[in-house]
Amino acid sequence: MPTSSAPLLSVDRLSFAYGRRPILKDLSFHLSRGEVLAVMGGSGVGKTTILRLLAGLIKPASGSVMLLGQDLATADQRDLYAVRRRMGLLFQFGALLTDLTCFENVAFPLREHARLPEQMLRDLVLLKLEAVGLRGAADLFPSEISGGMARRVALARAIALDPEVILYDEPFAGLDPISLGVTARLIRALNDALGAGSIVVTHDVAESFAIADHVAVLAPSADGAQLVAYGTPDALRASEDPFVQQFLGGHENGPVAFHMAAPGLEEAFR
Amino acid sequence: MRLDMLSKLGASTLSLLAALGEFKWLGARLLARLPSVSLRPSLVVRQIHFLGNHSLAIIVVSGLFVGLVLGLQGYYTLRRYGSEEAIGLLVALALVRELGPVVTALLFAGRAGTALAAEIGLMKSGEQLAALEAMAVDPLKRIVAPRFFAGLLVMPLLAALFSAVGVMGGWLVAVGLIGVDDGAFWSQITSGVDFWDDLLNGVWKSCVFGWAVTHIALYMGLECKPTPEGVARATTQTVVVGSLVVLGLDFVLTALMFG
Amino acid sequence: MQRNLNLLVGLFVLLGAIALIFLSLRVSNLSGGGDAGPSYTVTAAFDNIGGLKARAAVKSAGVVVGRVREIRLDPQTYQALVVMDLTQGVPFPKDSSAKILTSGLLGEQYVGLTPGAEEKMLGANDRIQMTQSAVVLENLISQFLYNRSDPAPAEPSAAKGL
Repeated sequence: MPTSSAPLLSVDRLSFAYGRRPILKDLSFHLSRGEVLAVMGGSGVGKTTILRLLAGLIKPASGSVMLLGQDLATADQRDLYAVRRRMGLLFQFGALLTDLTCFENVAFPLREHARLPEQMLRDLVLLKLEAVGLRGAADLFPSEISGGMARRVALARAIALDPEVILYDEPFAGLDPISLGVTARLIRALNDALGAGSIVVTHDVAESFAIADHVAVLAPSADGAQLVAYGTPDALRASEDPFVQQFLGGHENGPVAFHMAAPGLEEAFR
Repeated sequence: MRLDMLSKLGASTLSLLAALGEFKWLGARLLARLPSVSLRPSLVVRQIHFLGNHSLAIIVVSGLFVGLVLGLQGYYTLRRYGSEEAIGLLVALALVRELGPVVTALLFAGRAGTALAAEIGLMKSGEQLAALEAMAVDPLKRIVAPRFFAGLLVMPLLAALFSAVGVMGGWLVAVGLIGVDDGAFWSQITSGVDFWDDLLNGVWKSCVFGWAVTHIALYMGLECKPTPEGVARATTQTVVVGSLVVLGLDFVLTALMFG
Repeated sequence: MQRNLNLLVGLFVLLGAIALIFLSLRVSNLSGGGDAGPSYTVTAAFDNIGGLKARAAVKSAGVVVGRVREIRLDPQTYQALVVMDLTQGVPFPKDSSAKILTSGLLGEQYVGLTPGAEEKMLGANDRIQMTQSAVVLENLISQFLYNRSDPAPAEPSAAKGL
């Protein structure tokens, strides 16, 4: 069991490639207990890939991921599953099981991993749903609730076993302003209530800066995305790195060019 | 130009071999999960319901019509040789040996196979399978294996139903419509259809076909691209490849069993 | 919900089982033509077995009394040796004869047993002495053609009509 000073998760010189296309290069960062870390970057830079690597769903090309004391590269299936039981992963669109009710979805990890009497299980599930404000949706199916609500139910499911690490894949994508605020506050509140550590992969600057303790910014490059900035939100706002400035300020031109590479203008319009 | 075609041929052969390897590997992993699946029979029961009960209508109706047509067509042909009384034997043998297993397998591929492939493919593209993995639940154990074993169990039963209903259909045409003697109809059948060589071989065939169709459907669903086109392709491939494999296996099995 | 499901699935399996049983009993030869019960083996030698196959019936007065188990060629006499299993309880006299007959005009061939007159019965592994080979169509035609006292060339057309 890691002590409160040891990081919950540490990534060391992590690299990954799809076949011959490099995606990530030499990423290093860590997550401590009680910390909310926002991993930010443009679309398609490889943020979801990072989450899959952190959950052990894919293996790195080089470098290591240590999750709750377990080296994911050397873990066999049983060790992987043991670690995953202490972790929660929220997928971008919830990924609820569509043939089960919301209640059954949240109850799923409890049924699979804990032998609980039915009454206790019922209370636990309703508590988790209450924490995300959706106890009223318990008997509805995922197809009967909105996308934002489905994501919240998935969040309730992700925390069903009181995980020590929670990973969020673009939790703010496509949400209306109210849901945005609700989700951001939930992420922070749950993290503190559980005494866990959370990693939020997103490109939403406003919400994540409001709740994160640290922010890591990834910039694309030909050899794969690299970590160009790491620090508190305030430190990043003051950063002089051109990519960070373009990203945070939403400028149309900078290290990431507006125009995609194309043949010369005169040739196209002849 | 020719080099280009050769390299394409080589590439597609290699990818076919790789696919076959993946296919076999999936089968091995599913079989390895039989002990854990038998500990949760409710999952398999649920799948038997979706694959079996929901296919009942199409199997029974098709069996009836095939039996009726066999009776009619067979009668017209046998009449030329004055052997109308062998109509029962013709219908029964054709169904039990061939049409029962094969047609049921083709219908099964179309109805249940596509449902399986689509369901698994959609679960894959909706990240449900990855979510299960992230929750430390083995999706092969929880989702795929119950469907696999349910398919194995369901096919022989459906094929038997098809043949039984088909024989009744043949009886309806022969005895009811044409006027063949009821006793002659059944006695020809019981003396001519051998339990071991005909009936049991037919059951064997339906078991093999059931495995083939289910395995192919699950493979297609698991390997498809997680896009709408990918899922659509998986379902059509299930029917096409499944049907071809069933027909090919039928030839091999028939040669082995009845040759 | 699960209980309903179990019920429906149970019904489905039951239906399938009934179909299988129906096929086994009413459609296959399991009950009727089954050769259940003890049997004893006899052999018979034929010059020509025609189209007789293993598992063909052995009948007497049209009733099935046994099955052909095996057909071999005797290397010493060059005759076909037919090994038959006869049902216990229907003994045949030692001088019974065996003929290879055809059921119907184009039907399958079977062994017909005609009982003899002796008091002693056939026992296990006994040999039936009197046998008549199968009728081979070509032999019949040539017999018809060449067995005429008057070799009238007009006959071949009648032979063709056979």
